[in-house]
Amino acid sequence: MMWPHLRPWLDERLPLADLTETLRRKTVPHHQYSVWYYFGGMTLFLFGIQVGTGALLLLYYRPSATEAYESVQFIVTRVPFGWLIRSVHAWSGNLMVASAFAHLFSVLFLHAYRRPRELTWISGVLLLLLTLAFGFTGYLLPWNEVSFFATRVGTDLAATVPLVGNGLVRFMRGGNDVTGATLTRLFGFHVAILPAIATALGCLHLFLIQRHGMSVPPSVERRVTEGAGALRAIPFLPHFILRDLFAWTAVLALMAALSTFYPWELGAKADPFAPAPAGIRPEWYFLWAFETLKHLPPTIAGISGELLGVAAMGAGAATVLLLPFLAGHTPRARRLVLWVGVVALAFMAVMTGLALTGAVP
Amino acid sequence: MASDDRSGRRSVLNWLLGFWGTGVFGAVLYPVARYLAPPDLPEAATLSVSAGSARTLPPNSGRVVPFGPRPAIVIRTGAGELRAFSATCTHLDCTVQYRPDLQHIWCACHNGHYDLNGRNVAGPPPRPLDEVYDVNVKDDEIVITRRS
Repeated sequence: MMWPHLRPWLDERLPLADLTETLRRKTVPHHQYSVWYYFGGMTLFLFGIQVGTGALLLLYYRPSATEAYESVQFIVTRVPFGWLIRSVHAWSGNLMVASAFAHLFSVLFLHAYRRPRELTWISGVLLLLLTLAFGFTGYLLPWNEVSFFATRVGTDLAATVPLVGNGLVRFMRGGNDVTGATLTRLFGFHVAILPAIATALGCLHLFLIQRHGMSVPPSVERRVTEGAGALRAIPFLPHFILRDLFAWTAVLALMAALSTFYPWELGAKADPFAPAPAGIRPEWYFLWAFETLKHLPPTIAGISGELLGVAAMGAGAATVLLLPFLAGHTPRARRLVLWVGVVALAFMAVMTGLALTGAVP
Repeated sequence: MASDDRSGRRSVLNWLLGFWGTGVFGAVLYPVARYLAPPDLPEAATLSVSAGSARTLPPNSGRVVPFGPRPAIVIRTGAGELRAFSATCTHLDCTVQYRPDLQHIWCACHNGHYDLNGRNVAGPPPRPLDEVYDVNVKDDEIVITRRS
């Protein structure tokens, strides 16, 4: 009853009709690979869940070495639905990383990084790196045994960087060791600095997608130019939005099921003076790097194996970031990108599998 | 006829969409609303506390001490008598203090005045200080006790 009166009132003050009309006119290409378009929206949806549940956790969380663990324990044991909010935060974080990786590889395999979408690709890769940084900084916050030692190992890796390594370690730890100062620092990064950067970059990413539209894969483009079929498109509103909503609901259901049946463990409180327990390892998305470094010999041709490993990963990240400028424009060059992507994905999968099973090759 | 079919299907779909939206919204809103309400934490009731040395509290002075999670005020009147009250102003929850120049209890937030029996005598406080404690001195230690 209210809406027929409210709508003209809002229309007079806000450009709602223009916006709806623009969204109705906007179209999204529809072809055999369109399903991959939904991973970007899914990542954004999961980011929204992260912000919402993160804000809720802030109401009870206390970022100090003496109180962090107890405050999380309070959340999961005393606050109504606290266990659910924390589990949803942890699970949606993990699903967000998975979704962001799926988005990156689908964009890579569909060659959507091509001109004029170079900046969309670069902002996307930076957003993925930020997502990993969110994971790394959030891992320590419950101040439990596993996260404490994993953060010690993770930050210590930075020491292998020549010249600035020690400075970097001090910067990340807020001192020489992982202490309460590290917790406060990573908390600040996790809840203020990273979200601010991610929001700005995310807006740029969305603006660029809006500006250039969805990329059509070269194979589909070729088929259209060869006259083998017309390029179909669906309206953004309501068709694409409803499909997006369907995907989001499916993810929400998956997340609710995971959080309910596999609530995130809290473990034992961190004790900086206790020996590291067996089975210390980072989150699953860092496992491939962790496993790779484990298999490198201490020195390779007189250079530290760890340094070479970290340098190779840095070079890999730089290559991914600058891919639109490095990849050629010919079908042959695109095939090369495809195969390098497949090999990288297979390498990461094998290394993660080895780390999970504890097998030695 | 075909148009009727389409509008019938459309209204069923719209109804399903509304049902889905309400379900998701409710399923999210309920736990969040429950989560936002802080849990009740039962606290062990404090019956008595030490309020420090009697010797260091001269006549016409007062001292604020913790009584469980709330403050209490112990005063020694000009005549040398010890008295203790809840130190929370009944106006808007500020902590009161003893004013030697006025020789009574005063709240700085909104200029509330209480006499030496904890009764509100001037300013905005609507009622006397909430609790009057029993005061005993044992080997120079002031002990204030909640009246049963």
